[in-house]
Amino acid sequence: MTSGPRRPARYRAGRTGLGWIAGFTLPALLLYSLLIVVPLVTAFYYGFFHWEGTQRAGFAGLGNYQEVLTRYPLGDEIPVALWHNVLFFVGTMAIQNTVGLGLAVLLYRNPRCKRFFQTVFSLPYLISPLIVGYLWSLLLSPSFGPVNYVLQSVGLDSWARPWLGDPDTALPVLILVNAWQWIGGPMLIFLAALGGIPRELEEAAALDGASSARAFWSVRFPLLMPAVGVITVLTFIGCFNIFDLVYALGGSDGGPGGAMDVLGLLYYRTAFEGGTNAIGESSALAMMIFVLIFGVAIVLERLLRRREVAS
Amino acid sequence: MTSTLTPQRRTRSSPAAPGPRTAQAGTGLRRAGVQLLLWLYAALAFGPLVLVLIGSFRDNADILRQPVGLPTSLGLDNYQRAWETASLGTYFVNSVLVTVASVTLCVTVSAMAAYALSRWRFRGRALLAALFISGLMIPAKLGLLPVFYMYQSLGLIDSRVGLVLLYAASGIPFSIFVIMGFMRGLPTELEEAAKLDGANEGRMFVSVVLPLMRPALAVVTVFQFAPTWNDFFYPLVLMRSDDKYTVPVGLTRFFGEFAADRATLFAGLVIALVPLAIVFAFATKHIISGLTAGMSR
Repeated sequence: MTSGPRRPARYRAGRTGLGWIAGFTLPALLLYSLLIVVPLVTAFYYGFFHWEGTQRAGFAGLGNYQEVLTRYPLGDEIPVALWHNVLFFVGTMAIQNTVGLGLAVLLYRNPRCKRFFQTVFSLPYLISPLIVGYLWSLLLSPSFGPVNYVLQSVGLDSWARPWLGDPDTALPVLILVNAWQWIGGPMLIFLAALGGIPRELEEAAALDGASSARAFWSVRFPLLMPAVGVITVLTFIGCFNIFDLVYALGGSDGGPGGAMDVLGLLYYRTAFEGGTNAIGESSALAMMIFVLIFGVAIVLERLLRRREVAS
Repeated sequence: MTSTLTPQRRTRSSPAAPGPRTAQAGTGLRRAGVQLLLWLYAALAFGPLVLVLIGSFRDNADILRQPVGLPTSLGLDNYQRAWETASLGTYFVNSVLVTVASVTLCVTVSAMAAYALSRWRFRGRALLAALFISGLMIPAKLGLLPVFYMYQSLGLIDSRVGLVLLYAASGIPFSIFVIMGFMRGLPTELEEAAKLDGANEGRMFVSVVLPLMRPALAVVTVFQFAPTWNDFFYPLVLMRSDDKYTVPVGLTRFFGEFAADRATLFAGLVIALVPLAIVFAFATKHIISGLTAGMSR
């Protein structure tokens, strides 16, 4: 992902006039900075003031940060929401990587109708998380949902339950639905990575008498690790940004007893359903979430790149 | 990581490598087992969508009596109710307007910037590229509150123009990233020839570079289309009046009002899904290459 050119200057360096450069880059730069970069910087700034409604009421220093972390109920909700995000990330990773890798290996070994399966498996990827949420809330609904109906008609009555209304099952269901939607991505990455591994390696292992399972685990699998790394970064960003899906499945309060409450919902509630100091508190909260997501993503990416260089 | 989104000359390379020798795949039985697994997952991935589609043609009373079943008649009543009574028609038109305008704006400015960043050498070029690309990891939604107040002072609250600008801006990092990656693999001979023929930068971009960029532009368009069409967070906060809602916000309202009317809800979901299904049908190839490009960054 290096942005610098590998080759030396294309048709003569330094010849392009400043007017052209400005004309070509400024529209994108203006849009991007005014609506993406500046608001984040502004939020950072807002976070240092105490607010009364939309009126600034004096410099607060780190007061808002302290308030967000200690004030009831926010102070209690943050660790819970963060923990849900972590579980959500870990669960999604576990399912996506095993099932995604499994499907990729099956498709790689069995290229018949590969294109068709690829398309079908990654189809849910394009659907809005909100629609996915509503779709599953209809399918899982306690009394008229097809899922419970099928369970009851095959004699598994005791399994039927209000999946999204039960605090014990809400979060696992959320994880499953999320994995259902995104599984196509990891599968495609693994498929591309498998295709990129030279076949000679495996043939050599076979000549040495390794079984095909063994050849897979000791030859191919280690070479798939960079793909796992990429998936980790993307899943992390996605899982900590989650909002729409949870909103559709559990509303802005995060389902029964807040069993699905996540940082995204918490930010929304603080900013747009909050009290008088909503601007100050939500900006402080936004900055903490920002540092968490951006920071971890950057660290992960650095680690990955080092690993890739090393291998 | 390899990206499958490389200029045409190089597309047919390793990712599409032929499968391993048949001997390795084992007996026919094993093969059938593998096919069975693949079909099972296909059913899991596709089945829920089929259930919704079937449900959208059924009578609501039937659905409440028997959640799984086939429609008794193929009427479009549910669709009519969703489209008119629940005003999904209005939301749909708004979504089309907002999506088309913002994707066009985003792709245009991104193509220009990506071209300049990958072909011209100037001071601050690397920094500018890094600024744009870092946007891939920024959770932009956290800046919504300041955007809200900025829009309030500009009179852009409850305005479709405001939404268009915001969507265009948030699509810029990914678009620039994909187009720059594509340009890196694109030979410069044609551009050099045009330069020798005396074309200036603007002319070169319009008549030489843009046509060459087409595969990348297609990917970017598809990938901007879906998240914009789907977005829910921005209009939830920024839009006020019912007649300006886009489909996703409209859906939340609709799901509240029609909670007991399953059949209409199913029809509404299908209406919301149709544009994406169309995009998918026409652009599967671009989608697959875009997924791998986006994923393997």
